[in-house]
Amino acid sequence: MKAKVYVTLKNGVLDPQGKAIHQAIKTIGYGSVADIRQGKYFEVALRDDISIADAQQEVSQLAQSILANPVIEDYKIEIES
Amino acid sequence: MKFGVVIFPGSNCDHDTYHVVSKVVGQPVQFIWHQATTLDDCDVVILPGGFSYGDYLRCGALASLSPVMQSIKEFASRGGLVLGICNGFQILCEAGLLPGTLLRNRDLKFICDYSYIKVENNQGAFVNSYKVGDLLSLPIAHNEGNYFCTSDDLAMLKQENCILFRYCNKNGEVNDEANPNGSLENIAGITNKEKNVLGMMPHPERASEEILGSIDGRAIFYSLNLHMAEVDKKRR
Repeated sequence: MKAKVYVTLKNGVLDPQGKAIHQAIKTIGYGSVADIRQGKYFEVALRDDISIADAQQEVSQLAQSILANPVIEDYKIEIES
Repeated sequence: MKFGVVIFPGSNCDHDTYHVVSKVVGQPVQFIWHQATTLDDCDVVILPGGFSYGDYLRCGALASLSPVMQSIKEFASRGGLVLGICNGFQILCEAGLLPGTLLRNRDLKFICDYSYIKVENNQGAFVNSYKVGDLLSLPIAHNEGNYFCTSDDLAMLKQENCILFRYCNKNGEVNDEANPNGSLENIAGITNKEKNVLGMMPHPERASEEILGSIDGRAIFYSLNLHMAEVDKKRR
């Protein structure tokens, strides 16, 4: 089983890296891109013998306590069995 | 009084800090390995600067999970004095011992420079040898020193007088131009509400001897000395 965890900056938290990427790509012509926010993506391999509900709970806890910093980041989890 | 300096994999200011405590301040000091589960009988624990765990995930995030951090949390909850410098500040935030976090510098550059710091508050164990309004010249060296916290936390920090240091210019004016990294309200160092945990981005241990260009940081170590002498007097 696999969990995908997406960690993104909360609205309102400055993302200088995203801004720098946006500025750079504007100079080569991507004029329709209005903004870029950079985030993180984790692939968490899980044992196959646990239930989806348990996986969901364990990965939520992992995301909340370690993979994301709740002061500045949100997370989204997708479980693939 | 006894100091402990914690060593994480990737700490690189551990020996500087040890040197200042033992040779400049003249107090007993020992290193504490990150796997340690006790702090022996240390009165002050210092988390030094560096790049613990290569700054992987987020600065200080992995170090905050070390066994020694569990002991430090218990130590701090009993009123033990904890000082986090630079990466140590980042670790304290990640461990939840201080509110907020340190983001990437506003201009995306690693900054290695002297900066002017204004003492905003001189209450408590770490800063009793300073006067409010003192202007310090202290080195900073970081890529993630841009302090950020929620508006609730900021209100708490102000109400409880937890903001000890702010970046300023050479005239002591706190403004955006004098803000090297984009920190919220020019914050350079904060304590917890109880005033026994201090986190700061500037390096006082690199500004404790004339030969290094500034001695403006060593009053932090002297303040701790004074504080402990008072505590000892009361114990007797």
